[in-house]
Amino acid sequence: MTALAARNLCKAYGGVQAVDDVSFSVAAGEVLAMIGPNGAGKTTCFNMVNGQLLPDKGTLEFEGRSIAGRAPREIWRMGVGRTFQITATFASMTVRENVQMALLSHYRRLASLFSVAARQHREEAEGLLERVGMRDQAERACAVLAYGDLKRVELAIALANAPRLLLMDEPTAGMAPGERSELMQLTADLARDSNIAVLFTEHDMDVVFTHADRIVVLAQGRLIAQGDPAHVRADARVREVYLGSMHA
Amino acid sequence: MTASAILIQFLNGLASASSLFFVAAGLSLIFGVTRIVNFAHGSLYMLGTYMGCSLVEYFGRTPLGFWGGVLIAGLAAALIGAMIEATLLRRLYQAPELLQLLATFALVLVIKDFALWAWGPEDVLGPRAPGLDGAVTIAGRAFPEYDLLLIALGPVVLGLLWLLLTRTRWGSLVRAATEDREMAGALGVNQGWLFTGVFALGSLLAGFGGAVNIPREPATLMMDLSIISDVFVVVVVGGMGSIPGAFLAALLISEIKAFCIGIGEVHAYGIDISFSKLTLVVEFIVMAIVLVIRPWGLLGRAASVARGPGTLEDPLRSPSRHLLALGVAVLGVLVLMPVLGDAYTLVLLGDILVFALFSVSLHFIIGPAGMHSFGHAAYFGLGAYGAALALKHLVPMEAALFAGPFVAALGAVVFGWFCVRLSGVYLAMLTLAFAQITWSVVFQWDSFTGGSNGVVDVWPAAWLGSKTAYYYLTLVLATAGILLLWRMLYAPFGYALRAVRDSPLRADAIGIDARRFQWAGFSLAGLFAGLAGALYAFSKGSISPEVVAIPRSVDGLVMVLLGGIQTLTGPVAGAAVFTWLQDTIARNTDFWRATLGVIILILVLAFPQGATGMLRRRFAREQS
Ligand SMILES: Nc1ncnc2c1ncn2[C@@H]1O[C@H](COP(=O)(O)OP(=O)(O)O)[C@@H](O)[C@H]1O
Ligand SMILES: [Mg+2]
Repeated sequence: MTALAARNLCKAYGGVQAVDDVSFSVAAGEVLAMIGPNGAGKTTCFNMVNGQLLPDKGTLEFEGRSIAGRAPREIWRMGVGRTFQITATFASMTVRENVQMALLSHYRRLASLFSVAARQHREEAEGLLERVGMRDQAERACAVLAYGDLKRVELAIALANAPRLLLMDEPTAGMAPGERSELMQLTADLARDSNIAVLFTEHDMDVVFTHADRIVVLAQGRLIAQGDPAHVRADARVREVYLGSMHA
Repeated sequence: MTASAILIQFLNGLASASSLFFVAAGLSLIFGVTRIVNFAHGSLYMLGTYMGCSLVEYFGRTPLGFWGGVLIAGLAAALIGAMIEATLLRRLYQAPELLQLLATFALVLVIKDFALWAWGPEDVLGPRAPGLDGAVTIAGRAFPEYDLLLIALGPVVLGLLWLLLTRTRWGSLVRAATEDREMAGALGVNQGWLFTGVFALGSLLAGFGGAVNIPREPATLMMDLSIISDVFVVVVVGGMGSIPGAFLAALLISEIKAFCIGIGEVHAYGIDISFSKLTLVVEFIVMAIVLVIRPWGLLGRAASVARGPGTLEDPLRSPSRHLLALGVAVLGVLVLMPVLGDAYTLVLLGDILVFALFSVSLHFIIGPAGMHSFGHAAYFGLGAYGAALALKHLVPMEAALFAGPFVAALGAVVFGWFCVRLSGVYLAMLTLAFAQITWSVVFQWDSFTGGSNGVVDVWPAAWLGSKTAYYYLTLVLATAGILLLWRMLYAPFGYALRAVRDSPLRADAIGIDARRFQWAGFSLAGLFAGLAGALYAFSKGSISPEVVAIPRSVDGLVMVLLGGIQTLTGPVAGAAVFTWLQDTIARNTDFWRATLGVIILILVLAFPQGATGMLRRRFAREQS
């Protein structure tokens, strides 16, 4: 089943055509990597999907409903979770409270004035932290976590509304090589177990070719190739774009 | 208005714009480079005016004596500014924004009392400018020669500043630092001298702006705060850090004010509108409109929000058993106080309770919600006036007591709608603007609010008439208010406010509508500040526009910051200490402002994180 379908997306900044007629789709349970050299238009594509940017042209559908032009918080309500390239968590709260916030919002309990927040959805939050291997650090403040751990907390937050699509812009940026593969393995397992569609961008080609089911390649705003890792690895234009820098 | 009247009003506007522009340009330069919002800038303007008057008297009323006096007054202000930077503010560049503000406000208090000591409480009338004391005839009307000179002086100073900033090495360093402080640091700029120099230049402009105005306006002890709010408006409307923006905004606002005065009373469709009374409010209305349409001002640029990591706040823990025990003990003592203490103590404790509630309500929005309000007195004042005026309109006292907070909440809902669209310094300025609008309305609407006389005979109902009965009422309502506000911070609502403060990006990505929560938080804080105001009104028996004035807002900030913004109990401790201190000092010296200012400065320098935060840290260290 198609989770996300992007058709003929275009976005220009002034004279720069950052994204030019790009179409792709992600199926439920599939891990799709979006790659391309710097400035290829990956982040721009991403931000159109998550609601931070309005496309100039083209359509974006999540499970058949249009999401182009909706606010990030509406897209989240529809069942799309995301992590940030530079982690964004609530520094003055504990790890568990960060996840509880997402749960409270999911269950629409945030407007409550007199219940005690730290007591709500505690078990569920710990269950999510268990899934990303952060349960033992639930009581720690997010402000003092190591960067790799913050990335895992972000993943737990992103899973809190039981998303059917997960968006991750450069999920492993800033992590040590060992941690990178671990995080993506975790993500790929979650996607397959829970039938979540995953769209991620990534610089580390090892991570991409190990964990992605399918790859789309952008260069200068255009989609130049897509297919399974073996197919993309063999593509002549992809090799040309990467000027042999790819470990092929 | 006739064509000639329009022309004259236009020229009047231009003449007033010049001095306003000088002062605003100075503030803008200082803010651009140091990121400090310098409340004491208006005090340097005031000193410029006083010193100008004295110096011209001393040198003699000749052209040389006059202009020599004006220039030396400006230079003296520059020297004072440089000294303030080098001895005091330099130590606070890394401190939280609000604490810097507090330090500059303490300077306002010190300088005001210095002026009181040096020049006395009476207004000082300045001399006319020798050789320019006549008038010329323009379009058949007399127009002062001196004002023509002022009109020319504005663009001249703008041009000089432009040359300085674009054609000198020092100027390009100033611009580099304004655009990117880290980069300027990386360029190997000696930041110390650059900052001191900018402060000197900014203060020179303030002092000169004050001194050049002596033929037009008397020197008074009130002019520091009145000019600083005008200048805030100009700088914000023009765009923080933009000199041409300051010029444009000074022109715009001076012209609008001049025309309001020129139009005067208008009778249209059977209603009378007094435009001249609008002058105090109109600039704030302009500012509110500009900020909503262009949040970074006319010529400013969208600010990169990042202000460094700020102070890290620990997660909110439920109160320890020790703290709960202490709370119960304090409450117990408070309940027994009518038996233990005398009448004087009861009144003081009543004040402390009222201000503790005010301070906790302010903390609610500036701490957990991260919305830095400079104008919380608006809601205290609306509460006080709401209650007092309800009583005057024959509402029973018990109902009037609740009408106050209701009016305050209404005000907070309206003002908050605008405020939640902004953040950082711009938000702070807008809250200040709304407080000033409220003050102006209260001050000028004689027939309804009693104007500067305020409202008298605001006494509680008979059964609450005794000191003891009213004390218990205050104790119950203030404690209930404080506990409710705290409870909300432990609730999902309070967590949502903190979430929006900690990471707006993440909050949006998990479905939190930031503006709605901030708006609701702002309104709730207004409601409880209003309750404090209403309690205050009935405890004093009369109120005046002072309950809405800038110093009241700053008092609140002092209480929160002295107590420590990162703790819940800090604002209560801060309110108790500050109220007691203010009362004690006021009874023992005529220069209570300066004494208070010096105490604040010492505390700010000693505990840059607030007193409670400091104690807690030390306690934590001992335990570990
Ligand atoms: N806010 C912006 N304003 C102007 N140009 C932009 C902006 N964001 C991105 N671009 C341009 O759009 C192109 C695509 O950028 P981006 O989507 O960030 O690429 P990637 O994430 O693949 O590195 C680049 O040429 C970049 O310079
Ligand atoms: Mg990118």
